Amino acid sequence: MEQSSKRIGKQTVRFQNPVNILSAASTVGPKEGEGPLKEYFDQVITDILYGQKSWEKAESRFVEENMKLAVKKAGMSMEQVDYILCGDLLNQCAGSTFGIRALNRPFFGLFGACSTMGEAMSLGSMLIDGGFAQNVLLGASSHFCSAEKQFRFPLDMGTQRPQTSTWTVTGDGAVVLGRKKGAVRITEVTTGKIVDLGVTDANNMGAAMAPAAADLMMAHFRDTGRGPKDYDLILTGDLGTVGRELVVELLAKEGYYLDQRYTDCGIEIYDPKTQDTHAGGSGCACSAVTFCGYYYPMLLKGKLRRILFIPTGALMSPTTSQQGESIPSIAHGLVIESPEKEEY
Amino acid sequence: MKTNEEAKRKYEEMVKNASPNSPILKNCVIAFFSGGLICTFGQFLLNFYQNNQFSAEDAATLTSVTLIFISSVLTALGIYPKLGKHCGAGTIVPITGFSNSVTSPAIEFKKEGMVLGVGAKMFLVAGPVLVYGILASMLVGVFYYFGGR
Repeated sequence: MEQSSKRIGKQTVRFQNPVNILSAASTVGPKEGEGPLKEYFDQVITDILYGQKSWEKAESRFVEENMKLAVKKAGMSMEQVDYILCGDLLNQCAGSTFGIRALNRPFFGLFGACSTMGEAMSLGSMLIDGGFAQNVLLGASSHFCSAEKQFRFPLDMGTQRPQTSTWTVTGDGAVVLGRKKGAVRITEVTTGKIVDLGVTDANNMGAAMAPAAADLMMAHFRDTGRGPKDYDLILTGDLGTVGRELVVELLAKEGYYLDQRYTDCGIEIYDPKTQDTHAGGSGCACSAVTFCGYYYPMLLKGKLRRILFIPTGALMSPTTSQQGESIPSIAHGLVIESPEKEEY
Repeated sequence: MKTNEEAKRKYEEMVKNASPNSPILKNCVIAFFSGGLICTFGQFLLNFYQNNQFSAEDAATLTSVTLIFISSVLTALGIYPKLGKHCGAGTIVPITGFSNSVTSPAIEFKKEGMVLGVGAKMFLVAGPVLVYGILASMLVGVFYYFGGR
């Protein structure tokens, strides 16, 4: 079978048509609004219930308001959006579907756990490059309280969290991709495979996901012939301090050396000393809001020219964990560039 | 990577080295004193009830009821989870922890209604304690009946 010329290597595609990021919006909850990136988010909602009656309804409102904001920032109307692609952590992706049900646009619901933003950006880019859409709205959300309720213990239960645990980010990050010219574009996508090195501790998600992130990076470097030095920034999703350390170690074993240009959204979003978040932030919103709020503007201003953005996800459920299964993980890689000169 | 199993074993070793441990000594000391404090308070209640003309049995029941009530109220006020974060086993092991583990899901699942929410989920955490607690006391009862007297 003839390989499409857009495919480079086994897991990577390079786009032939421009896939531009036309806008990015971030709406976060109170804890993120007190963190080191507080001034970069578009909206900080200090009410964790966002005026709603339940955590789940609150998460949906984060989705709806932020999706609308992203479209508004792109200077478009909702009718110009050809597809919405988004997902979250709740069962049946309820956070997303209830959030966008009033938006009345064609919709694909995605589940990639905390890697959802990467999955959405990958598929959205392919829709644009393939000529199937002019504009695509995509995003990912999570809510600390609804995630705790589904995956862990009731909030009011007095428990101690281990040092390796991470804190689910409350918020929604959304991006509008389009064919229209823009300063920042997605040029390549490397799609991750499920990697499972047998970690069963749901309180150490960074360790569970690190092999998936390392595997993705190696696949990407192999496919493109580049190395860590070719990027101004390599940014994983929500590995936290433990996961970052493991990724650096795993890659060093394969001869790739990551320096301080490699960081993780989960490390950047909270201050562990004052915010008691232990190993860092996690959740679909972690990579989504950190990219949309903090790193996208840096690309836009030209402070970063080429980044490798790798949202990471742990694909387990409470049921599989209780049955003793290990945690399968995935990572999705995107090369996002802000070229100095216009190329087309 | 050699064999899959070997890769997993090696990675387990790496994870162990990379993962910070909980401050066990500090946690134990705090748990010892906070748990001890709750139990001392319980003893105070017991003496108080006994000195106020309750039988030993009634006083013991009243002591439990009082501790459960206080813990439940503190849970509702959001104070108990804050204590639990620092005290760990100190606030989990005494009967107050049991009360907290029943009250907290009741609050959490109120949104799903009184029957399928509060009613069905209230013993989500405490359920296993009840099941195996009752089972154990039955077994002890059987042994006591046949040989213990």
